[in-house]
Amino acid sequence: MSTPLSHYLILSALLFSIGFAGAVARRSAIIVLIGIELMLNAANLNFIAFWRYGTHPEALTGVMFVLFSIAIAAAEAAVGLALVIAIYRQRKTAQVDRLDSLRG
Amino acid sequence: MPGEIAFYLIALFTVAFAAAAMTLRRLVHCALCAAAAFAGLAMIYLQLDAEFVGFAQLLVYVGAIAILIVFAVLLTRGDEVAPGNKQSSPSWMAEVAVAVLVLAAMAIAILRSPSLHRLASPGAAAPVKRIGEELMTRYILPLEMVGVLLTGALLGAVVIAMRDESEPKQPERVVSHLSDPKEEVVSR
Repeated sequence: MSTPLSHYLILSALLFSIGFAGAVARRSAIIVLIGIELMLNAANLNFIAFWRYGTHPEALTGVMFVLFSIAIAAAEAAVGLALVIAIYRQRKTAQVDRLDSLRG
Repeated sequence: MPGEIAFYLIALFTVAFAAAAMTLRRLVHCALCAAAAFAGLAMIYLQLDAEFVGFAQLLVYVGAIAILIVFAVLLTRGDEVAPGNKQSSPSWMAEVAVAVLVLAAMAIAILRSPSLHRLASPGAAAPVKRIGEELMTRYILPLEMVGVLLTGALLGAVVIAMRDESEPKQPERVVSHLSDPKEEVVSR
């Protein structure tokens, strides 16, 4: 393990920025959800990297946090995609910029 | 050294597929590239000695969430944008610039922090037996709550995606029109 911790953090920052750019710049609601999943994954990578490089890796806290985080991300993806499908059925579109009924 | 080369190769793979997932035009291609990026992250977890998390990531993200995304793409099929249309929002350059600023802020903070350049302590591992013991003792309450949350999310997803009874249903009306004469025939 000769890779310094900062390289993992840089990789995580890159993935977070890519997911953020996709989530704010794309119009399709499904791509926005994929971007949010990428941002969640970047945070998970930070947890694992800090666990591995931390002073007490035997405590397993980072691993546990990521396991629960993956479970919650799965629930979020299921509900989010169900919302996209429900909105598509009602409005015949899943482009986020056309869902502007609440616009003043 | 081979570990370092493996890390950079996997990192390049993951970032390339994540960027492709955010930029490609066709939604199916985006979903498949996102699955590849999730698989790359699972490889990084394996490389960081977190085997259980790596396999959980493979199972949940590549196995379940990617399939869910592909199903959502199929069910919103008519939404595919025509070739001449724009896929990104009108102000996408400003939004990408904000993302680059976020990346620069995080990268500067990471590179300037002296404590983050340390190397890993050898021998750290997360054996599955330890993880199971911890889940059944110290983390038993969060584990139960995750079970409740997943049940609630499953029911909620079904209820949200279920056809609303109050909304107009064109195809089923057609079916009922077709079935009415048959019933008349039977009653005669």
